[in-house]
Amino acid sequence: MDLRYSDSDLAFRAELRTWLAATLPQIPAEPPRGDWPARVIYDTDWQKRLYEAGYAGMSWPKEFGGRGAPPSEQLIFLEECSNAKAPYVGVNFVGTLHAGPTLIAEGTDEQKAKHIPKILRGEEVWCQCFSEPDAGSDLAGLTTRAVRDGDDYVVTGRKIWCSFGQVGEYGELLARTDPDVPKHQGISWFILPMDLPGIEVRPIETILGSSEFCEVFLDEVRVPAEQIVGKENDGWRVTNVTLSFERGTAFVSEMVDAMRMAEELAPLVHDPADRRELGHVIAEFDALWALTKRNVSRSATKGDTGVGGMIMKLAYSEARDKLCELSMRVLDRGALDVHELYVEERLRTLSLTIAAGTSQIQRNIVGERLLGLPKERQWPTDGGDR
Amino acid sequence: MNFDLTDDQEALVDGIRAVCQGRFTSDRVRGGFDRGVWSELAETGVFSLVADGFTWADAALAFEELGRFVVPGPLVWGVLAHGLVDGIPTGLEAPAPGVPAMVEHLVASDVVLVISDDGVRAVPAGAVQGEALDWPLDPLTPIHRVPVLPAGDLVAGPEVVADWRRRGAVLTAAFLAGIAQGTVALSTEYALARKQFDRPIGSFQAIKHLLADALARAEVARTAVHAAAVTLDDPEVGDVDRAVHGAKVLAGEAALRNAKTATQVHGGMGFTWEVDVHLSLKRAWLLNTVFGSPDAHADAIAAAL
Repeated sequence: MDLRYSDSDLAFRAELRTWLAATLPQIPAEPPRGDWPARVIYDTDWQKRLYEAGYAGMSWPKEFGGRGAPPSEQLIFLEECSNAKAPYVGVNFVGTLHAGPTLIAEGTDEQKAKHIPKILRGEEVWCQCFSEPDAGSDLAGLTTRAVRDGDDYVVTGRKIWCSFGQVGEYGELLARTDPDVPKHQGISWFILPMDLPGIEVRPIETILGSSEFCEVFLDEVRVPAEQIVGKENDGWRVTNVTLSFERGTAFVSEMVDAMRMAEELAPLVHDPADRRELGHVIAEFDALWALTKRNVSRSATKGDTGVGGMIMKLAYSEARDKLCELSMRVLDRGALDVHELYVEERLRTLSLTIAAGTSQIQRNIVGERLLGLPKERQWPTDGGDR
Repeated sequence: MNFDLTDDQEALVDGIRAVCQGRFTSDRVRGGFDRGVWSELAETGVFSLVADGFTWADAALAFEELGRFVVPGPLVWGVLAHGLVDGIPTGLEAPAPGVPAMVEHLVASDVVLVISDDGVRAVPAGAVQGEALDWPLDPLTPIHRVPVLPAGDLVAGPEVVADWRRRGAVLTAAFLAGIAQGTVALSTEYALARKQFDRPIGSFQAIKHLLADALARAEVARTAVHAAAVTLDDPEVGDVDRAVHGAKVLAGEAALRNAKTATQVHGGMGFTWEVDVHLSLKRAWLLNTVFGSPDAHADAIAAAL
């Protein structure tokens, strides 16, 4: 066990710091949360700068224009960008972290050639159309139908929690292509051009007001058959290949922010019980940071993040919740103003234990895959007994 | 940077675990600490690891395994005092004036080491006068209540005290992280075997989620311990004190909460003497009183900000 960075890691960090110090003063002011056209310009401008400097697609293979960096450099990249308060991935999120890696792994040559370079250069914004009103934790129960008709699939259904739906030019779409087989076996993965006739996007007003989440209504949308990624009915597997690119770095930016928040909060915390709680929370974040290093190390040497990777979201989101609740206590009635330090953050982080697999689903996964416990009794309609 | 166990460390863990599995069965552990236990552990080299050129990280890994099996004895003192005193050492922080000392394993030990800011003093065990508790909380850790400890001889000066406290906290935290893992294993096994409503209770989310949280706590705690131990070995990679505080906070809490989770998962059996769970729980309570409580360490983290 060794926590020392290698000479090449240190050189990378120094080079990146120099670049960030020279580049960040040149970027425009961050637009308001709800101004989507401005946010697209701001976020894609940052992606272009990353691309020109050779920092776009840190984890992507070199043959697809990425940097092919080892996991330790991916960790350093995210850590330094967060420390320097560089722009977040923003509207590039789905393209660079999800759709791009999926296309690299499963797309045809044509699909790759068309989308990969543009995603990397910040010239194409993607959104995600996975969840449905009746398919959340049970995503594989989705009912949006894609029926083959000549050279097209005709897609009808309703999607929800579509990240960046209001600005996405393309969507990752999961739809049911065979309703007569077990639910995981009848799903396909499509590239959905969001300007096709029959698509209506409605932003969801969250507890924060404006957000990246939308509802997407699909009414007999004709999606050309060549937009399918992977084979027909193989979409569930295609969806699950994506995570392998992240290599233990998924929560690095979040965690750097959380540690900064804890340190900035510290001078405001005077009550002895609150100070003790702060000490506890900092201990947790320090440990999760060490666990991130472990996961990144394992990813580099063994190809997977192991136990640490499977508990990270659960542990991180609970720790972040504690920190945010502490900040609300400390701010007291100051917290009645959402513009006050960290109040907006408190609201935002309520989603962490829900989005991308609720903490309850995470616990099922940990219990079943790591501890080997059997699945819960199925409801009678799923073939269980009464 | 490679913050994963090396192949040698994996081998060390496997070796210690094999020794524990072979020798520290439930029956043996329940027999308590004695000279036989001491010599067998000494033979495996757990007390002399650092003296033999291994790292504090290696020592922590070894103690994690000892904790997993709830091996009894003043084991941390065996490492701290290695090469400094003859015979079997036990020890404690000097109590405040007028407060009786609660000395562990007095009868099975040769010397009592007392740490204070002034240094480490050694008192021959035979010179310590006290009353043996007839009902110690941890049945495997006999306690003497000693009204006044003899002064003893100074065996190490004030310059070593901070190191002793850090090392003691890390090894104790490692043992606690082992308890946190061992109790998850014990209760997972039970949750698979115990059936109610015609199915293993581990299939119920009410039980599964308790165990998933316990596993996550154990994993985070053990990572904190490893980070602290690596920082002891190489202080340039981080803030040693903060890392040590964090390890003792998280391992102490994980051991306690996981042992309580194990009690709950075992249901009525968890409340019996026969099932081993209470041994882990009682040891966790005891170890949270030595080398600083989780709360004291959390306070120390906040105080340094």
